[in-house]
Amino acid sequence: MNQFVNLPDANGLFGSFGGRFVAETLMPLILELQDEYAAAKNDPEFQRQLAYFQGDYVGRPSPLYFAERLTEHFGGASIYLKREELNHTGAHKINNCIGQVLLAKQMGKKRIIAETGAGMHGVATATVAARFGLPCVIYMGSTDIERQQPNVFRMKLLGAEVIPVTSGTGTLKDAMNEALRDWVTNVDDTFYIIGTVAGPHPYPAMVRDFQAVIGHETRSQMLEKKGRLPDSLVACIGGGSNAMGLFHPFLNDPDVQMIGVEAGGKGVNSGLHAASLNGGTPGVLHGNRTYLLQNEDGQIIDAHSISAGLDYPGIGPEHAWLHEQGRVEYVSATDDEALEAFQICCRQEGIIPALETAHALAEVAKRAPRLPREHLMVVNLSGRGDKDMMSVAHHLGEKFQ
Amino acid sequence: MNTHSRLEHCFAALKQQNRPALVSYLTAGDPDAETSRRLLHGLPEAGVDIIELGMPFSDPMADGPAIQKAALRALKNGQNQAKTLEMVRSFREQNSTTPIVLMGYYNPIYCYGVERFLSDAASAGVDGLIVVDLPPEHDEELCQPAAQHGIDFIRLATPTTDAKRLPKVLANASGFIYYVSVAGVTGGSAPTPERLERSVAQLREHTKLPIAVGFGIRTAEQAATIGRFSDAVVVGSALVDCIEHASTPDEAVEQVHSLVSELAESVRACRTASEPQVC
Repeated sequence: MNQFVNLPDANGLFGSFGGRFVAETLMPLILELQDEYAAAKNDPEFQRQLAYFQGDYVGRPSPLYFAERLTEHFGGASIYLKREELNHTGAHKINNCIGQVLLAKQMGKKRIIAETGAGMHGVATATVAARFGLPCVIYMGSTDIERQQPNVFRMKLLGAEVIPVTSGTGTLKDAMNEALRDWVTNVDDTFYIIGTVAGPHPYPAMVRDFQAVIGHETRSQMLEKKGRLPDSLVACIGGGSNAMGLFHPFLNDPDVQMIGVEAGGKGVNSGLHAASLNGGTPGVLHGNRTYLLQNEDGQIIDAHSISAGLDYPGIGPEHAWLHEQGRVEYVSATDDEALEAFQICCRQEGIIPALETAHALAEVAKRAPRLPREHLMVVNLSGRGDKDMMSVAHHLGEKFQ
Repeated sequence: MNTHSRLEHCFAALKQQNRPALVSYLTAGDPDAETSRRLLHGLPEAGVDIIELGMPFSDPMADGPAIQKAALRALKNGQNQAKTLEMVRSFREQNSTTPIVLMGYYNPIYCYGVERFLSDAASAGVDGLIVVDLPPEHDEELCQPAAQHGIDFIRLATPTTDAKRLPKVLANASGFIYYVSVAGVTGGSAPTPERLERSVAQLREHTKLPIAVGFGIRTAEQAATIGRFSDAVVVGSALVDCIEHASTPDEAVEQVHSLVSELAESVRACRTASEPQVC
């Protein structure tokens, strides 16, 4: 039974989703990248280097931690946290950046660009660019710059140039447009490190593969701890890279239930949300066909979320396909639910999660109490929340001195 | 099947006159529906041979600031796909010869519905489509269905399109080939004419279709230089800038049409001047 893991096809399609909807200027490079990545996948030397940096630089494997107090608090399922927030730079993002920067070096590229929302992907990209001595430009929406100041400063410390993007609403989608414009202009020497499982083929598959280390580790860690696979996996979804990384190695295990949690903002019926699967329709943006927040004329609608990292009007094409196949259940959590779960995690476990991750925890709060203790539930603790201190304080009505 | 298209007639007639076509780009609905209609209707008289009409999109990834802003102005004033097609229909009531090519991104077409769009576009009098984010790898999406409706699918070739890839790019192309003069977004700087001339010559070895050159052409002088070796010269951002800088709709119409006239005069003279250097 390989029905869920053999995709995408040669054209980069997951069913009707994905593809390579880019300007002709980028096509030769996209095709070259596809070939280079296919070769790297089977190149023992590339894989050896990747494993080395994942271990000694990123700090993998990340622990699978039994959250005893959270389990007791909710009074149901046994909750395990996959501690991606303990990675270097504080989130899962670096798993992918390390992979892509090694590819960039192999392809002889001289310059790195990336888009960022919450700044975690920007920080991870700036980090690997510094480590490999490559100049780095990060595009970030001006709205996001305002709400993620600590990350902006981190990127600058790491030597990256952060370019504010004021078009649109100054959030992640606009940053991605601007990064694509940079790429098309500097196509010869520049490598674009896309931060999520979206964009033109081969990005969705490549980013997924680099992130799948999360699921592979979870699998062997749970087998070691409990002698069996987990019963359910829960992860938050913006573009969907941490979720895809956790889910993918389990897709062909029918007894493992998977739940992706989109950002419900003020509520999916309010119009102010970032839940592309729960509140969007299929369309074509940023190089791939997927579910998008858009009006009936195909104009993209701005997303809304308390969390800058989930504030994107699309979702990775493989998620769109898994949604239509019914293999993964996609739900949403509102800003308020995420804030509540954020605080519970802080107080019960002494772990300050990212606001993105708090959306996954909000689903755990709804689901875990109804399940027996034997139910093994893994939550991807995709990032730490240091970057969100100002936002959370603002929303809780606290003031920094 | 498109043996007597307006585009073919147009290029054949210009070949007789030994001059390149002047192609103008404006975004439909920019700055508002009425001004945009006046702009469009006056283009042939001002000297435009082929009209490119932009279908505004909220996320124009291949466009520079000028055309990004044009799209936002149009959308803010309520422009949509149906209104753009209606503009073409009303233009065709008065003009049955000037080819109109709709240019834009795939999503608004996809959301309108490909079959419905092609059938409405054909009946409105659209001659061709340029869809920036549909490379030949996705020909089954729109390029092939467009041919069924007698609508040309104009392909973009770029400085990164190498000899190995070119046959794929040209395979289902029709109407003309749009050579993107620089790797980059619209409204940037143009490359040297020498390099451009070489690229166009290389392209000619692989296709009999007319070759238009666009991206970064702003002045009458540039248009004349490039028009000596290409079959068409496309000017977009420079015209769109006139709309942005105008303080009234009347001024926008006047400025755009006057720049068009200047460009038209220069492409008409560029191959007949005794000294090519002075044109």
